[in-house]
Amino acid sequence: MVAPTRAEQLAKLSTLARAFHETIPHNLALGLELVEFGDGLAVMRLPYRTDLIGDPNSGVLHGGAISSLLDATFGLAAFMALTEPTRIATLDLRIDYLKPATPGMAVHAKAECYRRTRTIAFVRGFAYHDDEAAPIAAGSATFMISAGPPPMGTRPEGSAGSTP
Amino acid sequence: MSHTLKQLQEARERGDLRAFLRQIPYAAFLGLDLEMRGEEPYGLLRYSPETIGNPLLPALHGGVLCALLETTAILQIAWEIELLSLPKTITLTVSYLRSGRPQDVLSKARITRQGRRVTSVHVEAWQDDRDRPIAVATGQFKIHGA
Repeated sequence: MVAPTRAEQLAKLSTLARAFHETIPHNLALGLELVEFGDGLAVMRLPYRTDLIGDPNSGVLHGGAISSLLDATFGLAAFMALTEPTRIATLDLRIDYLKPATPGMAVHAKAECYRRTRTIAFVRGFAYHDDEAAPIAAGSATFMISAGPPPMGTRPEGSAGSTP
Repeated sequence: MSHTLKQLQEARERGDLRAFLRQIPYAAFLGLDLEMRGEEPYGLLRYSPETIGNPLLPALHGGVLCALLETTAILQIAWEIELLSLPKTITLTVSYLRSGRPQDVLSKARITRQGRRVTSVHVEAWQDDRDRPIAVATGQFKIHGA
C-alpha cells in the first residue's frame, strides 16, 4: 500500500485528538478548549473561573490550573507530532512562572514539539492571555512514546498486524 | 496585611494549616487537602472522577499531580517560615514516575535550602507505598520572610 502523506496522518491524529479531548474528565472539569492544532503544534484555552482562584485576596488563578493547561497542551503537541496514534506518557514537566495571571482573563497555551525520536517527544511552550509576547509562564516537557495500543482502541487503517 | 496572609498566620498559630487551605477556591475544586501528622503537614489529594487525565488506563491528570506537589511545597514553606507575603513559585519541575491510579494521593515536602529570598523544596507524592512515589518535584520559591 501507499504510505500515508503527512496531511493524511495529521487528519487522522486531529480527529482522534478532538474525540479524545471530549473524554478527558479533568480537561472537561477545567473547561479546557481546543483552539487549534497542526503538525507538532497545539493551542488550548482555559477560561477564567472563580472556582479556579488560588489567592482569594487577588482573584489570581491557581498555578495548578495553569499547570494542567500546559500539561494538556504539551501532550497534544506531542501527539500531533506522531506518525500514527500511539499512547504517550509524560516523563517530566517544567514550568517557569514569569508573571501572575490577570484576574478575569482567559489563559491560552501554545506548544510545539521541536524534536521527536522513535521513543521520546520534546515539547516547549508558553501560557499567555492574548499576547504571546507577554507570557505568564514558560514550560517544557518530555514524553515517552509507547509501543502499546493506540488510544481508544483504534488501529491505523491497513496496518493491522504490521509492525510500526 | 492582606486577608489571605492574615488567615495563613492565624492557621499557623493554631498549629493547623487546613483552615488556610480550605478558603482557597481551587483547593476545593480539586479536592486538595492537608493532614497534620504529629507536627508535620502532609498534602492529600482526595480522588474524584474529575481528577482523571487518561480515562483509558485510567490515570490521574499530570496537571493535577503538579498542583498537589506545588501546593504541598508552598504549605511546607508557610509552615516552617514566618512570612510577610505568600511564597511565589519561580519554577517547578515534576518527574512522573508511575501512573496515578484512581485513588487518593499523599505528598510530603522538604525544604532543601532556605535562603533569604529563595527557598528550594523537594516534594514526593505516593499512593499505597511511600517508597514507590508516583511523582516527585523540585521547586524554587520566592519568599519574603519576617
